[in-house]
Amino acid sequence: MATQTADKPATDLAPEAVVVRFAGDSGDGMQLTGGQFTLSTALAGNDLATFPDFPAEIRAPQGTLFGVSAFQINFGSREINTAGDAPDVLVAMNPAALKVNLDALKPGGLVIIDTGEFTKRNLDKARYDVSPLDDDTLAKWEVLAFDISALTIEAVKPFGLGNKDALRSKNMWTLGLALWMFDRDRAPIEEWLKSKFKNKPDIADANIAALNAGHAYGETAELTGPLKQVHVDPVASKPGLYRTINGAEAISLGLVAGAQLAELPMFFGGYPITPASAILHHLARLKEFGVTTFQAEDEIAAICAAIGASYAGQLGVTSSSGPGIALKTEAMGLAIMTELPLVIVNSQRGGPSTGLPTKTEQSDLYQAVYGRNGDAPMPVVSCSSPGDAFECAIEACRIATQYMTPVMLLTDGYIANASEPWPVPDPSTFKPFPAKFMEGKGADEELLPYKRDAKGARPWIKPGTPDLMHRIGGIEKQVDTGHIDYAPDNHQTMTNARVNKVLGVDVPDQGVSLGETSGKLAVVGWGSTFGPIRRAVDNARNKGLDVSHIHVRHIWPLPKNLGELLHSYDHVLVPEMNTGQFKTVLRDQFLVDAQPLTKTSGQPFAIAELEEAIGKFFDGVPGNEGGQVEVNETQLPSPELDA
Amino acid sequence: MNAPVKIETTLKDWETDQEVRWCPGCGDYAILKAVQRTLPQLGCDPSKTVFISGIGCSSRFPYYMETYGFHTIHGRAPAVATGVKLANPDLDVWLVTGDGDGLSIGGNHMMHVLRRNVNMQIMLFNNEIYGLTKGQSSPTSRVGTKSPSTPIGSYDRPVNPCAFALGAGARFIGRGFDVSKNLPDVLKASHAHQGAAFIEIFQNCIVYNKDVFNDFAAPKGAGDRQLWLEHGEPMLFGDPKTGMDKGIALDRDALALKVVEVVDGDWEAAGVLVHDATNRSVCHMLIEMPFGPFPMALGVLYDDPRETFEIAVIEERAKSSAGKEANLAKLLAKGQTWTVEADEGHPTD
Repeated sequence: MATQTADKPATDLAPEAVVVRFAGDSGDGMQLTGGQFTLSTALAGNDLATFPDFPAEIRAPQGTLFGVSAFQINFGSREINTAGDAPDVLVAMNPAALKVNLDALKPGGLVIIDTGEFTKRNLDKARYDVSPLDDDTLAKWEVLAFDISALTIEAVKPFGLGNKDALRSKNMWTLGLALWMFDRDRAPIEEWLKSKFKNKPDIADANIAALNAGHAYGETAELTGPLKQVHVDPVASKPGLYRTINGAEAISLGLVAGAQLAELPMFFGGYPITPASAILHHLARLKEFGVTTFQAEDEIAAICAAIGASYAGQLGVTSSSGPGIALKTEAMGLAIMTELPLVIVNSQRGGPSTGLPTKTEQSDLYQAVYGRNGDAPMPVVSCSSPGDAFECAIEACRIATQYMTPVMLLTDGYIANASEPWPVPDPSTFKPFPAKFMEGKGADEELLPYKRDAKGARPWIKPGTPDLMHRIGGIEKQVDTGHIDYAPDNHQTMTNARVNKVLGVDVPDQGVSLGETSGKLAVVGWGSTFGPIRRAVDNARNKGLDVSHIHVRHIWPLPKNLGELLHSYDHVLVPEMNTGQFKTVLRDQFLVDAQPLTKTSGQPFAIAELEEAIGKFFDGVPGNEGGQVEVNETQLPSPELDA
Repeated sequence: MNAPVKIETTLKDWETDQEVRWCPGCGDYAILKAVQRTLPQLGCDPSKTVFISGIGCSSRFPYYMETYGFHTIHGRAPAVATGVKLANPDLDVWLVTGDGDGLSIGGNHMMHVLRRNVNMQIMLFNNEIYGLTKGQSSPTSRVGTKSPSTPIGSYDRPVNPCAFALGAGARFIGRGFDVSKNLPDVLKASHAHQGAAFIEIFQNCIVYNKDVFNDFAAPKGAGDRQLWLEHGEPMLFGDPKTGMDKGIALDRDALALKVVEVVDGDWEAAGVLVHDATNRSVCHMLIEMPFGPFPMALGVLYDDPRETFEIAVIEERAKSSAGKEANLAKLLAKGQTWTVEADEGHPTD
């Protein structure tokens, strides 16, 4: 992520940050448009954050409200932490996209509309009795409405495509316009189109023609309409090599790096589920790194095969989302009992049950920390951004192999799909943690597969090793020997050993992300709330409020200094996208009066929501006037805070 | 995969120091001994052998084998074994399961380990009852089985394990019973088969389903009730003392099997079929032969190997990696990148 720069006054022509939302029908290619606009933004040197928001249906009926797919990007010349609360520019490719997204647009913002799609039929599907182009629906905003469909057909005419095919280039036409608006180079997009349609040069040419036509339209329209070219300066970043990365990709790369640092082949068992499947797809293409991917018959088989691979001496990894994680629960207990390394990636999504498959939530924290039968302790690591996911994946591999334990890596739908610029790390700076296997024993020495080392870990013994034959399983193990043992004292000893091993994991001390190590208010977050909390705390601090941001990566075991750190603030506020799960853990572990701020709308926190909550701790404090902003109606009430 | 090296061992080398905890008289003892007797004959190496089981009486098996062993969770042994075999194809994997473990809670995994053809021996101990949970009816219990969960008799139809296996795509199907002297031969054939080898072993649960297989397994009259199949040999049965005077022939009009009398040993004249273990259709008919009018088909019913899953996975990995370099630094810097220069903080391409 980019380094912080001093605030400077924003002007229309050189704003610090701009939020653009592309919205259309799920068949309109908005995610592709957003993805390419993101690449162009990164290449222009801006910091950025994105939020793809698409329906659960693959091809929802065309033109419907529930079929709208949107991609939001926030980019700027300063550090960008979130995808932005409200867009400055909305591109609406049809009436449904306009209806669903219009309310989010900033007053005075620009809405670009394809009038070609504003037919009676499409207006009906979007439940508009009167076309919003014909009444005062759009009065609050600047409107640029014109027939993008017709212009696209015109632009690709030389390529002899039928209307239906021609219209598929509409998204590139729109992208061309957006590239002009923000003074961007078209060359990388042209290159990308040529490589994507390598075998269909006609289609590549048609798309490039549409891209150029959209760009040219901008130049012409500037003279007459509300359209202005805007230049956003590059952000002052740390020097080095950068690329964009999303969370699913970062986790895949982190797992590959982690396996290499452990000097182990990786076995990945997965089963298709949104939004976790992307990890399986990435790893399936990285076999040259000693990766085996196995698409199992179900979630249970995916984790069980990974356990089998770990037992046989590889790094077993499995991945899923909430409902799939629930299915894997019994097998996690087996990995805990047999003390085998395993990494379980949970890409959280809205729940319970099938819940909101494509929307984000952080509501699996209890499941991760507590959700198993028996006393079944397991380390839990959580990613706070796409880039952070890379490091967290390595950390999960390290803990799993060094402590002979399953580890849960928490990410969420937002991190999985969101992109950000990423300083490409240099692998030679990573610290290796080679896994050790027991190779043999003295002739008269008793084999003790459950004898623990100083860290509490048992030896890892690969089947196939001469003289070390032994049996493991889910039944309680005898201390040291690992034989079946139901004796009361033994179970007490082994339960303690498992608990203490996990509590003893070497977790780094908790630092403060922004602010001081004591004071009036600490805002404590975990996971993908990092961006909005960081921005809101930064804004509050700029107003002179005594507030700090603490972001916890190690959810279990918690950093040893965390309790003391939290007690050094007068108040602790815990914003999370669930009904207050981490708040409960903090209260339980540290007897700290942690106050919840909860949200379960399937959408990330808006910065304004957090500023509002922070402001309540500073009522009457000079400088807090701006803290009293209007609360987004999607904000769930926090009874404990209001009481 | 390396060709296994043959090792000299004795039965004793395959026994653990753990006390065997099955009920006295349980058929599992006989199966354990058959396995412990067979493995030295095959030249197997205990340190390269892994027994993997689920949950149930049968699944205690690994604790009694002086090999590597993994007693997993209910129904999931095929999935764990698949991971073991993919991670190290050189290991000799034996799966031990039961009718409840392998066909009820683990039926899905059983189907997939068979269709994928993961190279291992799958011994399904079929006692037609849930033993370890104290005698409930199982997916192979015959209709009318009285049990604590079906006090006036079960009413759900049983599954035929071998028919299930064949339907799932198994390429080896063997059948035997706990105390049979022929069981080691079936085990040996299963071990020689490259791929998932499914063996149904009828096992007498003396506590909850006693002697339920006696109609064909009892020594008295066994010749008339057991059809032991051997590849390339005629399908003959009958009392060995008086000559094998019955055979299995094909009723061509009904497209079904029939029992025929063999006079003076002239089985060819009687139209008795010669067992072709690669004939899937006849295997299906043998599995489905109703016991009573027909004998129980035992031995190697089907054996027609094809490429195993782990070989396919290894080949796919090689194909997918061909010409690619495992360079982490290059992987991390893949895609479109840009460099931020040190002096002015402005990015360039």
